Amino acid sequence: MSALGLPPFLVLSAFLFACGVVCVAARRNAIGVLMGVELILNAANLNFVAFARFNPAFRLEGQVFALLVVVLAAAEAAVALAIILNFYNNHATVDVDRADELKG
Amino acid sequence: MTLEVALFAVIATATAGSAVGVVASRNVVRAAVWLLFTLVGVSLLYFLLGAEFVGAAQLIVYVGGTLVLVVFGVMLTAQGPLQSLKTRPTEWAVGGVLGAALFGLLAAVVSGATGPPGEDRPLPGAGPLGLGFLGLTDSPVSYLLPFEIVSVHLLVVLIGAAYLARAKRRAKL
Repeated sequence: MSALGLPPFLVLSAFLFACGVVCVAARRNAIGVLMGVELILNAANLNFVAFARFNPAFRLEGQVFALLVVVLAAAEAAVALAIILNFYNNHATVDVDRADELKG
Repeated sequence: MTLEVALFAVIATATAGSAVGVVASRNVVRAAVWLLFTLVGVSLLYFLLGAEFVGAAQLIVYVGGTLVLVVFGVMLTAQGPLQSLKTRPTEWAVGGVLGAALFGLLAAVVSGATGPPGEDRPLPGAGPLGLGFLGLTDSPVSYLLPFEIVSVHLLVVLIGAAYLARAKRRAKL
């Protein structure tokens, strides 16, 4: 493992983060946007675990926060899907560009 | 080339490829399947890093729970012929440039990062992790309060999601 080091994991995490950002920015389906958010959270989580492995000061903390992020991501997905279902019931679409009723 | 490097190369390529699949696939069901492969790849990376418990939790909670939830959302909001909402090419261009710039910036910052000279000990397993949550380790910090907050938060989310997604009675007209 010492042959590998920290930077490859961080570069992969940066790639996952960039993919998530593109997914959030470019998709019009609300569930696709939610998938982008999941990608971003996974990128952050990969950073937590990689630092827990390679930085002796974060051996426990990295894993603890990774577990908290996994659980909170599940909760966030549940609420987001409930909101999307509600929006679909009222508007018969999941296009995020149509959710503009709060515009002044 | 040691075994770890080879394994990392294979898993990282698969994970990054399926992340690109999530972004690029038109059909949202296919994007969900690509997301499945990405999440499994990330959990394999956790196993590779020696964090078995986090990897198992990722497999159980994400792949077993969140992704099933996402697929249910896809099914409940399927719109037949309109299922794949087209993104305009200009939006793809702007998003792609944004993502490429972000990745370039992050990679440039990160590739210079050197970890502290690591002693190569295995990560604490599930037992020390649980004791750390309870605050029973040598370190002065305990994670009991965040643990309880997350527990209560899950209960709130359970009730809130059930309330938001409930079947409404027809309003009497």
